[in-house]
Amino acid sequence: MSVQQVLFDAPGPKARRNILLGNILGVALIVALVAYVVFLLGGKGQLAAEKWTPFLEGRTWEFFILPGLLNTLKAAAIAVVTSILFGLIFGMSRLSHFLPLRAVAGVIVEFLRAIPVLLMMIFLWLGFGRVDAIDDPAFVAVVVALTLYNGSVIAELIRSGVQGLPKGQREAGMAIGMTPLQSLRSIEVPQALIAMLPALVSQFVVILKDSALGYIIGYSELLQNARRLGVGEGNLLQALLISALIFIVINFALSSVASRLSTLLTFRTKGKAKTTKQDGVVAMDAAST
Amino acid sequence: MENYLTLFETYDVPAAFWANIQLTFWAAIWATLLGTLLALFRISPIASLQFVGAAYVNIFRNTPLTIIIAFGVLGLFGQLQVSLTDDFNLNFFRLAILGLSLYHAAFVCEAIRSGVNTVPLGQAEAARAIGLSFLPAARLIILPQAFRGAIAPLGNVLIALIKNSTVAAAGSVAIEASSLMKTMIEFRGDLVIPIFLTFALGFVIIVIPVGLLTTWASRKLAVAR
Repeated sequence: MSVQQVLFDAPGPKARRNILLGNILGVALIVALVAYVVFLLGGKGQLAAEKWTPFLEGRTWEFFILPGLLNTLKAAAIAVVTSILFGLIFGMSRLSHFLPLRAVAGVIVEFLRAIPVLLMMIFLWLGFGRVDAIDDPAFVAVVVALTLYNGSVIAELIRSGVQGLPKGQREAGMAIGMTPLQSLRSIEVPQALIAMLPALVSQFVVILKDSALGYIIGYSELLQNARRLGVGEGNLLQALLISALIFIVINFALSSVASRLSTLLTFRTKGKAKTTKQDGVVAMDAAST
Repeated sequence: MENYLTLFETYDVPAAFWANIQLTFWAAIWATLLGTLLALFRISPIASLQFVGAAYVNIFRNTPLTIIIAFGVLGLFGQLQVSLTDDFNLNFFRLAILGLSLYHAAFVCEAIRSGVNTVPLGQAEAARAIGLSFLPAARLIILPQAFRGAIAPLGNVLIALIKNSTVAAAGSVAIEASSLMKTMIEFRGDLVIPIFLTFALGFVIIVIPVGLLTTWASRKLAVAR
């Protein structure tokens, strides 16, 4: 928000007139856009009441939307927990003093971050489909693919969080007789986690959004159920819009928590709390699906 | 090994990657144009345009790309009969480009805005001092420096776009890499892991040089202060 003050002075009479003019044009633009969409939808009969009334009925929610949302949240919640575990293990391995461990963890993390989640998901889905012990290969594939990708991102977050701490934190640990691993575990990683909490929460948004990829492999999550509902009721457009709206509301809430956290947590750690990291790992992954 | 090599005779793997590169190329151009416009909206002094920019970013950044692309084929084409060309398959391809562009424009906008934040206050003050108003100041002073400061985040958006181009599979684009991999695994169950590694390696080969290049460019072109 500081940008606004950077770019222009307090407006004088002429600038105020221009801003007013710009505002009128802007509002006209918005109105024109909304009017165009309404006109387009109305022209195709998409605004007819019977296309929207199914969403007022209990069975729509009971049999389609809520089970879908539940499956989405289930996959996302499990993936959040497993990604954090994966991230902790690989993040600490990348900080290890034992070179082979550091190198292997580095190669795995970089490899997993470079390949598309969807590619991994399709591979796991078809692969798990051949294993008899797995009942629901689509669900397992969604969770494992999300874990491998987001876990690698979290591993990088933890690594850069620890590296962003002042050297004195580690030295203090050494000085009271801790081993490097003890100091990492009980001094550095906890502080890095707090510093990286906002970025971590932003990563949960990515996990939730990426869980929609399960649609492509036939996992019956929110988007899939919305499509089934839409095909059945003949209101595909409306069903997709409603499912998108549900995602937007949840993700927007999570994003707000992330930005609130970054202002709250600055005094809880020696590291710097921030939503975007210097090398932009977070910015990159926020953009992922 | 010979078994593995017959894969490349039956299936055109480079063509699938070429489809992803094309998707990425066109989506990158449109997303950059739209994203820059949105960033201008968000930093302008005009409240209504700021609102448009912020609303766009919040809506598209929080929607799964899968829904946006599925909406292109199921909603825009299926329900509203929106057609970008008469060619059936090319239409799906272009709708996927549209979805990718709309989604990534939100991230381009945020990347450029973070670039604007790297421009020191003095630059804007100097621009005002020599009598430049908002648009000339933005065009001549702020944006050139902002773009150079935004190379690293923009590069990350590009990398995400390359990987996300596989989601075009949700938009009935059957010629891209993840769809071809699915077909190949289904028909060649004996080579599941080699097929996956081939495609994974393909993405590693594309993504890692782009990452190195943008990191190098962001250092090389950083405004020395």
